[in-house]
Amino acid sequence: MMLESSLSLRRPFRDRSFGLLHKFLRINWLFVFCVCLLAGVGYAALYSAAGGSPQPYAQGQIIRFAGMLVVMIVIAMTDIRFIAKMSWLAYAAGIVLLLVVMKFGHTGLGAKRWIDLGPIEVQPSELMKLFLAMALANYFKRATPEQTGSLLFVAPAALAILIPVALILKEPNLGTAIITAAIGATVLLGAGVRWWWFAIIIAVMAIAAPVLYTHLHAYQKARITIFLNPGADPLGAGYNIIQSKIALGSGGFFGQGYLHGTQNQLNFLPEKQTDFVFTIIAEEFGYAGSMAVLALLFFMITLAFHTAMTCGHMYGRLVALGVGTNLFMYCFVNLSMVMGLIPVGGVPLPLVSYGGSALTAVMLGFGVLQSVHVHRDVEFTGHTDD
Amino acid sequence: MRRAAKERNAFSRRAALIGAGQALVFGGIAARLYNLQITNHSKYALMARQNSISERLVAPERGLITDRFGVVLAGNQQHWRALFMKAMAPEPNAVLENFYALVNITSAEKARIARDLAGHPGYIPVLLKDYLDWQDMAAIEVNTPNLPGVIVEVGASRAYPLGPVAAHPVGYVARPNQEEAQANTVLALPGMRIGRAGVENEQDTVLRGVPGFVQTETNVHGVVVREVAQDSGTPGENVTLGLDAGLQQLAVQSLADNTGAVVMLDAVNGEILALASTPSFDPALFDTGVPTAVWNSWMTDPRHPLLNKATCGLFAPGSTFKPTVALAAMKAGTLTADTIHTCPGYLKLGSHVFWCDDHAGHGAINVVTALQVSCDVFFYKVALDTGIDPIAAMAHRMGLATDLKLDLPNAATGLVPTHEWAREHRISWVLGDTVVQGIGQGYTQLTPLQLATMMARIASGNEVQPHITRRIGGVLQPASTTAAPPLNVDDQHLAIVRKGLFEVVNTPNGTGYAARLLLPDVQMAGKTGTAQVHNNTSTQERDNFNDMQLAWAQRPNALFIAYAPFETPRYAIAVVVEHGNYGAQSAAPIAHAMMTYALQHDPAGRDTPLTGPLQTATPAPPVTGT
Repeated sequence: MMLESSLSLRRPFRDRSFGLLHKFLRINWLFVFCVCLLAGVGYAALYSAAGGSPQPYAQGQIIRFAGMLVVMIVIAMTDIRFIAKMSWLAYAAGIVLLLVVMKFGHTGLGAKRWIDLGPIEVQPSELMKLFLAMALANYFKRATPEQTGSLLFVAPAALAILIPVALILKEPNLGTAIITAAIGATVLLGAGVRWWWFAIIIAVMAIAAPVLYTHLHAYQKARITIFLNPGADPLGAGYNIIQSKIALGSGGFFGQGYLHGTQNQLNFLPEKQTDFVFTIIAEEFGYAGSMAVLALLFFMITLAFHTAMTCGHMYGRLVALGVGTNLFMYCFVNLSMVMGLIPVGGVPLPLVSYGGSALTAVMLGFGVLQSVHVHRDVEFTGHTDD
Repeated sequence: MRRAAKERNAFSRRAALIGAGQALVFGGIAARLYNLQITNHSKYALMARQNSISERLVAPERGLITDRFGVVLAGNQQHWRALFMKAMAPEPNAVLENFYALVNITSAEKARIARDLAGHPGYIPVLLKDYLDWQDMAAIEVNTPNLPGVIVEVGASRAYPLGPVAAHPVGYVARPNQEEAQANTVLALPGMRIGRAGVENEQDTVLRGVPGFVQTETNVHGVVVREVAQDSGTPGENVTLGLDAGLQQLAVQSLADNTGAVVMLDAVNGEILALASTPSFDPALFDTGVPTAVWNSWMTDPRHPLLNKATCGLFAPGSTFKPTVALAAMKAGTLTADTIHTCPGYLKLGSHVFWCDDHAGHGAINVVTALQVSCDVFFYKVALDTGIDPIAAMAHRMGLATDLKLDLPNAATGLVPTHEWAREHRISWVLGDTVVQGIGQGYTQLTPLQLATMMARIASGNEVQPHITRRIGGVLQPASTTAAPPLNVDDQHLAIVRKGLFEVVNTPNGTGYAARLLLPDVQMAGKTGTAQVHNNTSTQERDNFNDMQLAWAQRPNALFIAYAPFETPRYAIAVVVEHGNYGAQSAAPIAHAMMTYALQHDPAGRDTPLTGPLQTATPAPPVTGT
């Protein structure tokens, strides 16, 4: 009943004419501006990472960004009800992709994460986070408080979270698995699932953690060990954390100056253009620069939450909450990792780190978010609100 | 409508809570950033600097030692050496392994490298290999990427162009030992050397200089990206000696295969113009390390090549001591120009007979003739009349058996005995000891340098102080410019002695006549000496035993002291040929050659014109005698 009759595209909007131009104008352009600004920060950081050159990172990245910006606008003007209808399909496709990547994916840095789709590489786990938020939002979009309080009703949603999380863990990609689980949990929480259930789960997890630890991949164990004591192996895996902290700390308040960060320019951080890109900003622009980027990211999350809270339908609210939380989790995991607060995991800083897959996934998510914003007042059929 | 609003409110409440939680997390991140970037900035900035900037000290170039005209006696030769900065290498041990695979290093050197690596501060590189050949250089160059932290630089090793010729006065350098390197980390720098002997040792701190540094920025692979700052340090100052390389070479050549020493002084200002000691050694060997076999051969050589016989060798002066005895006696009033002693060829004291060199006897002679023919009996009697203490006092005034405060290390003091000395050493002094004191035998032990000093003092009438350093960093040293104070010896007495010394060389009866100068209008004054080192039996003495029949080590030492020009003394010389028999035979020809060269080239006069005070000290007043 829920799936097939939820919306009708043939049905005209009830309240007002809703042409493409109107949709275009309803896009949250402040958010789009922030997105472009963040991409600009990324360009500057990647330009510096290459020692003051648009090659090989910055130029390719900004071209990809421009392409994805168009895709984002297109999605933003796509009817949210269509997107909602596609939610489970997208979820199913995401699961299939995860299974495919397990079988045929590229192995990079000890993990199978990538699928080669012609010119672009796709990391299904990145897409999966968005698809999961959409599927859960669709599942809960008309849930009553009685249903959200029912274990029986919530169980399939929990399963829908656990399947991709398990698959991503198997890749293995601890960072993304945690983010995926956190997004799922946040959407559930936003849907009205009792908070103390999460408390119980977290408590159980805390007890089970030592057991789980023994089943972790060797490199994951190493990361945790090194995180706990980075000085133990200064030139091994702990090297990154130490060099990253040195880069951040040496920045001071105003930084060493653009293109003058020694840690960056002298390659003390390997692969700094990806996960450790924030160190470039922090080293060369100092506390002022890193706080500005932090503020920008937080403002974007706030805008996502604003979209969620001003949306007229539950699907939009939950999807926006999921997208906002995804952005938050990216920032939290990436920055914590860079600052040596949590173990290193392959989580990039969205729109700043070099790499197409994360950019693609993030921009698709922003497109859906803007579709929510544009279509915040549409009505889902069968939704008996008056 | 109400349900929808309720639902929206409920969601907004939850979303706000979630948002607040996320804001809290961002606050935590901001706090952590503040902690890293502001609170701990200096700590991490230092770490970043240490990451990228590596500073190493660079050994300064050691100052040159030259002769008075700039001929290099100790210089620096460039060569390539490989150094290692462990701070620049991510994995020092792996780099060392790579290096050992390319360049042949002995296990002893590997142990030394490991020790240095552990012991040196980070800014002091460790020497991997000195004197790289082209093959090593090429191997290192090609493998640079595998050798982060390995630096190939031009180093300087000490070179001595004259080799053994000036080895004793110039000295030599060697690598600092471990204790020295620990006490002064600068000395741990590859290329740093410590002067161990001669001027190298005496002027070590002057020659050493101040190390510079190179700051390089290195990337994560230890590859030098650029040089940030450089300070070449302060090279050591050049030291110019009073030595004349020509005279020095001639002295060594003249000594030839003989064991002995030659000292030539500027009789005006005391500068040492030549200071030779044979046999000699190759001072450059100490820079790299003396091979054990060579070291052993030096140590077992009875002729002691390492000993600077000119300043440390102690010899009985023999008859060269007679001028001092004469001056002491004249000062004591026991001798005048007119005093006549009769020499029957021997002096009998109790049961013991003291022979004169000429057993036939010299007859009745005065002091000038006694000097001229080197009559022993005359001076036996003078010594008996005068006593040893006045002789010792005059000897000290002449610079004998005193600390001359020479600017060379380890100069020996020597000995001219006094009664007090005899008491201190529990020696019962007998008259016979006083007798032989008159001819510079017995306990008297002096260095060639002291004899040259005595000669210069008698010649100039001034208290000439010998010294070898003329300029430091181009600045003429006070010792070379200030006039020596008067000797405080009666000019008449000096004139008498000078006349005697003149006749030694310039009269056919003089013992040094063969060594007379063959130059126009210039004469040399001098004194021969033949000092026994072997107690011949009384029978041998009576039979005028020919010492040349003795084994080399028991033959008498040959000595000759001289100064010239007689009228205006400028050069004073002392020659000792160990076991060279008669002074006139082996020592005087050397003095002749040296003096001829000196007067022809006038090394002392060329830089400091002959003026002033010298004229007042000379010429000697005419003395009448036999």
